[in-house]
Amino acid sequence: MTSGLDDASLPRDNGELVFEAPWQARALAIAVALVDKLGLPWDAFRHRLMAEIAKDPERPYYESWSAALESMVVDLKLTTSAALDAASPTEREPL
Amino acid sequence: MTADHHHPAELAPVEARVAAIESVLVEKGVLDLDVLDGIVQHFEDNLGPMNGARVVARAWSDPDYKQRLLADGTAAIAEFGFQGPEGEFMVVLENTPQVHNLVVCTLCSCYPWPTLGLPPKWYKAPAYRSRAIREPRALLAEMGTDIPDDVEIRVWDSSAEARYLVLPMRPDGTEDMSEEQLAGIVTRDSMIGVQRL
Repeated sequence: MTSGLDDASLPRDNGELVFEAPWQARALAIAVALVDKLGLPWDAFRHRLMAEIAKDPERPYYESWSAALESMVVDLKLTTSAALDAASPTEREPL
Repeated sequence: MTADHHHPAELAPVEARVAAIESVLVEKGVLDLDVLDGIVQHFEDNLGPMNGARVVARAWSDPDYKQRLLADGTAAIAEFGFQGPEGEFMVVLENTPQVHNLVVCTLCSCYPWPTLGLPPKWYKAPAYRSRAIREPRALLAEMGTDIPDDVEIRVWDSSAEARYLVLPMRPDGTEDMSEEQLAGIVTRDSMIGVQRL
C-alpha cells in the first residue's frame, strides 16, 4: 500500500481498522441511526459536518463530527446543551 | 479491560460528549442501543474496500458488466447488494493509458461507504483535501505514485451529489486470474486513485 499520509494503519482485510476508538464508532452510528429514525436525508447531517469542518479545519475529524451531531440534536430540540453537560460521564464505563 | 477497573481511563471531552448524546437520546426513546450496536457491527463487518474490489474484478472480467457499471454505477453496484447511505449516486471513473482519475472531497469527507467503507484518515485531512485540487501530481508522487507527464490527471470533488469509485486499469500479466483472484489484488487506494496497480 502506498499512502505516505496514512498514519492510522492497523491493517485488516484489504483495508484497515475502521475506527481509531470505540467512541468514534458510536458517534457515527448515532448520526446514521438518527437521520434514519427521523426520516431525514443524510445531507441533513452532512451539511452540518461540512460547516463544523469549515469552522475549524485543523480539528480532529471525529471532534467535528461530534460537534455536528450536537448541533443537530439541539436544533431538533431533542435535548439541550445543559442536559448534555449534566449527562456527560466523567470516567469511562468498564467494558 | 480489567486493568482499568480500579484506575478508570480518563475520558476525553469529546468522548464524554458523544456518550452524553447517546445516553440522552436512548433515554428519550429516540434511539435504541441494539440499533446502534447493529450499525457499528455492519460497518466493521460488511463495509470496506473488499466490496469495491469485487466490483472492479467483475468489470475487468465481464465487458457487459463494465458497460453497465460505467453507464449507471449505482444500479450496477447494487447487483452485488452494495447500497445504502453514501452510495446512492455512484459514478465510476475509468482509468485509461491517457487518463488517471483521483477522488477527493474538498469540503468534508464524502466517500462511497457501501463499496469502500469509511475513509482513511489521510482522506479527511486538510492537506489531502486542498492539495488534491491544487497540485495532484506532486501529491500523488509524495504518496508513492508517479503519474507520467503525458497522462492527464482528472480530479473529482465529491462535494456535489455524486460519490466516485475509480476503476483502475487491469495490470498486465493477470490474464489467467479468476474474478476472485483479481479481487484480491485491487486495493482501496487504487479505487480512490492515489495508487496505480
